[in-house]
Amino acid sequence: MTAGERVAVRTRALTKEFRGFRAVDSVDLAVREGSVHALVGPNGAGKTTLFNLLTGFVAPTSGTITVFDQDVTGRPPEQVARCGVARSFQITSLFETLTSREHVELALQGHTRDGFRFWRSEKLLGRNRARVDDLLAQVGLLPLADKPVGLLAYGQKRALELSLVLAVDPPVMLLDEPTAGMGIEDVDRTIELVRRIAVGRTVVLVDHNMHVVGSLADRVTVLQQGRILAEGTYDEVRNDERVITAYLGEAEHA
Amino acid sequence: MTQSVVTEAPATEADVPSTGSDPRVRWVLLAVGLVAALALPWFVYPPVAMDIVALALFAIALDILLGFTGLLSFGHAAFWGSSAYVTGLIATHYGAPFPVAVLAGAVFAMILALPIGYLSVRRSGIYFAMVTLAFAQMVYFIAYQWSGLTGGENGLQGVPRTFFGIDLVETESFYFYYAALPIILLGMWGAWRIVHSPFGRVLMAIRDNSQRARALGYEVEKYKVIAFVLSAGLTGLAGGVFAINHGFVALTELHWSTSGEVVLMTVLGGIGTLWGGILGAFLTVMLADYLASSGFQGIDLVTGSVFVLVVLLFRRGVWGTVRHRYLARRLRRATRRGAADTRE
Repeated sequence: MTAGERVAVRTRALTKEFRGFRAVDSVDLAVREGSVHALVGPNGAGKTTLFNLLTGFVAPTSGTITVFDQDVTGRPPEQVARCGVARSFQITSLFETLTSREHVELALQGHTRDGFRFWRSEKLLGRNRARVDDLLAQVGLLPLADKPVGLLAYGQKRALELSLVLAVDPPVMLLDEPTAGMGIEDVDRTIELVRRIAVGRTVVLVDHNMHVVGSLADRVTVLQQGRILAEGTYDEVRNDERVITAYLGEAEHA
Repeated sequence: MTQSVVTEAPATEADVPSTGSDPRVRWVLLAVGLVAALALPWFVYPPVAMDIVALALFAIALDILLGFTGLLSFGHAAFWGSSAYVTGLIATHYGAPFPVAVLAGAVFAMILALPIGYLSVRRSGIYFAMVTLAFAQMVYFIAYQWSGLTGGENGLQGVPRTFFGIDLVETESFYFYYAALPIILLGMWGAWRIVHSPFGRVLMAIRDNSQRARALGYEVEKYKVIAFVLSAGLTGLAGGVFAINHGFVALTELHWSTSGEVVLMTVLGGIGTLWGGILGAFLTVMLADYLASSGFQGIDLVTGSVFVLVVLLFRRGVWGTVRHRYLARRLRRATRRGAADTRE
């Protein structure tokens, strides 16, 4: 994948303090448009906090965030989402009583005003049936479309997470551990899926699985204790002395 | 196309969905409900029948928030009572036909709900309940103090029942019931429409997982405020009809115990079901009426105990439990059929 020159997501001196503890510490990140950019690092390195900052779920203590040169610092999640940034969640986060089809319909409706139409029939939600079917088929959930997600297996829920991100058709996708808790077989299928949907989009990815990072990422940023430790291609980063020390150091202490 | 990203089999039937009932069953229920509503004043003293359907709409309106949005309002007496007062005042001072007065009461309840909802929805759970309770108490004390307008402790007496000069409706409760029932049914239809609309789907999403709804681009607070105002409007319709039915508005209608009572009815019937509110109101009113006519003193003690028992034994309420069993059976059958299909 060739990455353009434009920067899709940029942070400047982004910092988040929790009661004096700096979870994210003056991070300058530039995610180039069209690239797959992975964030890696040991547990507690600040990856998830950084994700929450980028999507507005957490407000930064200082620093700025821009999406395609538009300042989104301090905006609430629903507004960041409307700027074209869609995220998946590390811990499966769905609407337990709704079916997969109802989820995708909701995701498609999210950037319209239809949600306010309390006087219309819910059939209005079903009008993009072909598109909903297509999205569910892409993640292999079409046969289970009308089952409440409370009854789905873990891997199926992870797949639905991806289809919800995909439904928004966002220029920027943030995937928080899309393969967390999956078996090897499902991991490879998910890698394929992410590779397919990443075409023409910018993807920021967090994953602990180096196989996933190595297969997908154009660029890797290594975080440690809230700071950027190293950045480069997967091979550059993998051979970086500081990164090896950080990971080995952690392994020794573990 | 990729294969399923999934290997394991689905797990439990722990929580069966709110959707997915058979449309034929729905039509049968609707027909039965309509016949029951029309027949009610033949079996129950008509003013009591009117109370039942008015409280049923009140419970349904509350259920939009409690069962479908996941917000426990403990201040709905403010909308019920203020609409009752406004309806009574307009009927008294302007001699308006009662449907017009009731409509005015409902509009007033919605206007009142806008600032209260706006300020309350920033909190959730028990804090939301407390904030709504606090606002309702403020409304109660305003009505209490402003006795020149509301009659204070004596209540608003002698509310006329004007209906285009049709004597039977104006004087006989039996006919008044049929004249007022359309307002209640319209309100119930409104609640059904709201719940089964694109908006209603968003409310359920917010109830299940508000953070996720945000991530999909939904302005959760705005949705909650609109739901709050709509719920208050339907509550207002019910409260107005109640006021006209009694020809009198008591300060009790604004009291916190009224907010509690409607929560009790809704939970008793089963939240998130709409029908549960109707059943809850029916059971509560009938029980209270039966106990009162038998000269029993501790009505609240009995209704309270029934409530505790129902909540302990049937977590989903009466209607909710019946529906859950029905849906679970359907699901089991469907799963068995599915399993048989894959074996072939």
